[in-house]
Amino acid sequence: MTRIKTSYNRRSFMKVSAAASGGMLIGFSWLNGCVPATSEKKTGLAIPKEWFEINGYIKIGDTGLVTIYSPNPEIGQNIKTSMPMIVAEELDVPWENVIVEQAPLNTGFYQNQFAGGSLSIRLSWNALRMAGATGRRMLMEAAAKEWGIPISDIAAKDGMISENNGERSFSYGEIASKAVGIEIPKEIELKEVKDFKLIGSSIKNVDGKKILKGEPLFGFDFKREGMKLAMIQHPPAFGMTVKDFNADEIKKMPGITDAFIIDTTIDDPEMFDERGFLKLIAIVGESTWPLMQAKKAIKANWETIDALEDSQTHTKRLERALESGKVSDVRKDGDPEAAFKKAAKVIERTYSAPFIAHNTMEPMNFFAHVTENSAELIGPTQTPEAMEKSVSKFLGMPIENITVNMTRIGGGFGRRLYVNFGVEAAAISNKIGGPVKLIYTREDDMSQGTYRPTYRSKYKAGLDENNKLIAFSVKGAGLPESPVFPKRFPAGAVENYIAERIHGETNVTTGAWRAPRSNFTAGAEQSFLDEVAELAGKDPIDFRLELFDRAIKDPIGEAHDYEAERYAGVLKLVKEKSNWGEEKPGLYRGVAAYFCHSSYVAEVFDMMMVNGQPKIKKVWCAVDCGIVVNKDAAKNMVEGGVIDGIGHAMYSRLTFANGAAREMNFDRYQLIRHSQVPEEIEVFFVENEIDPTGLGEPGLPPAIGALANAMYKATGQRYYHQPFATERQIIG
Amino acid sequence: MKAEYFVNSTHSFTYTILMATFTLNINGKTEQVDVDPSTPILWVLRDHLDLVGTKYACGISQCGTCTIHVGGMAVRSCLLPVSAIGNQEITTIEGLSENGDHPVQQAWLEHDVYQCGYCQAGQIMSATALLKNNPNPTDEEIEASMNGNICRCGTYTRIKKAIKTAATNMQNA
Repeated sequence: MTRIKTSYNRRSFMKVSAAASGGMLIGFSWLNGCVPATSEKKTGLAIPKEWFEINGYIKIGDTGLVTIYSPNPEIGQNIKTSMPMIVAEELDVPWENVIVEQAPLNTGFYQNQFAGGSLSIRLSWNALRMAGATGRRMLMEAAAKEWGIPISDIAAKDGMISENNGERSFSYGEIASKAVGIEIPKEIELKEVKDFKLIGSSIKNVDGKKILKGEPLFGFDFKREGMKLAMIQHPPAFGMTVKDFNADEIKKMPGITDAFIIDTTIDDPEMFDERGFLKLIAIVGESTWPLMQAKKAIKANWETIDALEDSQTHTKRLERALESGKVSDVRKDGDPEAAFKKAAKVIERTYSAPFIAHNTMEPMNFFAHVTENSAELIGPTQTPEAMEKSVSKFLGMPIENITVNMTRIGGGFGRRLYVNFGVEAAAISNKIGGPVKLIYTREDDMSQGTYRPTYRSKYKAGLDENNKLIAFSVKGAGLPESPVFPKRFPAGAVENYIAERIHGETNVTTGAWRAPRSNFTAGAEQSFLDEVAELAGKDPIDFRLELFDRAIKDPIGEAHDYEAERYAGVLKLVKEKSNWGEEKPGLYRGVAAYFCHSSYVAEVFDMMMVNGQPKIKKVWCAVDCGIVVNKDAAKNMVEGGVIDGIGHAMYSRLTFANGAAREMNFDRYQLIRHSQVPEEIEVFFVENEIDPTGLGEPGLPPAIGALANAMYKATGQRYYHQPFATERQIIG
Repeated sequence: MKAEYFVNSTHSFTYTILMATFTLNINGKTEQVDVDPSTPILWVLRDHLDLVGTKYACGISQCGTCTIHVGGMAVRSCLLPVSAIGNQEITTIEGLSENGDHPVQQAWLEHDVYQCGYCQAGQIMSATALLKNNPNPTDEEIEASMNGNICRCGTYTRIKKAIKTAATNMQNA
């Protein structure tokens, strides 16, 4: 067993318990009544008459039913299942006895209550294990005290405590009441990885049955007695603001109760794009359809306060930035200039990608009820803490008077890291003095995004007469942020290396979009390396493995970000599983590997030409994300990442004219559909005992490179500019 | 640089909306609503009848998230006015089965299909309509009839597997 010090004390537990008795922890079961929510049939355990709060993660009922609170926002990454699995593992309770509930925001107890950067499991791994192990230890101590024997004489397993050399036993439910008074242990023992029973197995989504029955789970479904609905209208273009509008006419429309302008400007807000539309028209009413009609009837005076940009401007800015932009951050190893001069072969290629929108299927929405001295917020957010802070600053209200509760979230992808819509809901509630739910239309959502920036990178490689890679250069510009990661591969693997970052300017609002920067750079770099390998006359996997070998044995320059052994490990695994090197008529294959969010993923795409169109038959994925918590769900995450990567690289783009997004709904903005996805995706995990690393994002980036490389094999055409489908049309 | 202009400046403001009473047959029950006849059935379900299992995502019949059955056919509810329904039977995800035990729902459970879950009610409603009309669809037929349903999380391969499982189970039943 691993002994570790517990990082919390009596005080922090008391804080949670106090909150619990006030109804905060237990109270959030809206629309589900008082019966504990559970989506799976349990093993005949009755609903407890009494619950005992063991710690902020665990509540045990007198019948042995255990409630485990999942602290982080659930955006589809399935942590509402996998986080409680980790607690249950260390508590050693059968999963059938477990009920899962979403915890509210509680910054005094939980840490890192956000969903971003593929960090949920990674940052909470120890805390979740400790919560379970502490609970188990307290139950054991309570039993030892009850029986008057030392704790070393008893064992806890599968929800039961038993005497090692005796007949006596307690179920967790029988001893729970006694465990409440036990002192929090200063040190606890964690299980060895080899002894895991739940972790590494496949547990079905705890909300699965509710999802397929259409039960109200999402913010969009939230209802409260007396609640009004509200919609906003933002200016028609970035660079514009609202001056005034026909509020009196709008207010007279049927079903409309109010219309006004809100200003959500905040000093020093958190997770809030200040370039966004801070002044908005708000309309309040009783139901959605009249609000949609009223929105169409708005006549507003908009004022132009900044440049109205368009896509041509953006492309020119990126081209100019690459030619003559200010380089802000450089990594340089060796003498790249001299090396390129003496290289036998030099290849240079440019790659680009457009702005893209997040397009979560559930549009932005949030419930707010602001009173004179309190604010209650409920809805889908990836960053409840930032929302609490921003709303506190906006209302000038102490943080302890604000509560934020999380609903299930109909997609995040980074969009809900930003809290503007929560502040907007609070502003509207504050103005009308009552509870309100703000809902965006798809058009609001798509044309008021925090988009993936648009990027353009130039790669250059030099080979010597033996086809060894001796020089590598990458220079990347973005509006606004450069996509280049100077310390990532192939840094450390090439004698003469230079990476340059150039930042551009735009008034289009941008932000984190699933696997920020990696979602472009992986595709560009991995297709470029495919071309370099081809120029060197080498197999693309062998070519990469040679470079990793160099980074392992004799790394170049200052530290690089990745572990070359693990990087090479996923390539070797995907090579083996996909039978790479095997030739079949009509089969075209491409490979890519990428490291991000502390995880390593290699993918092989198998493609065939069907009726003159490339069709992806199979995708092979090899993943090293450390210990896998929930295996089938982890596979689902990687499958989704692959499809998301293909979809956005092939079809999606957001363009601008006169400062306005030209694509505002799914008629013009293309997302991948059923007929366009691979026939099969198979996911393999590297087995190791490394603490879990990211998984929500790492599956996506390499898909773009492997796709481009397989398409090259199938069509003879290289793909440099996303979306590839458009490029193909242009090529004809 | 400052410029001013009007949008929608030609819009006239003569709003006379006549409310009307509609008697609807939803999930085997008779429901009465008093609404503007142009109201799409989606908002009647969600706002007036508390049937929020049917989701909004695009409002222009492009994504399939709002799919319901009208007269046994899969239709997008976000553009269909309540006045066009008449006495046709409406089935929503809430009325598909007693306890989530329709073979399609069971197959979804078996394959643990969902990620965020928001589009899945629409996917399930499209899939049940497909299997009703075509009990043993080919891959191409599944793709053709499911292409109107977007899943932003990318659960498409699992959806296809679940549809095949459901087809097999329904034929063996």
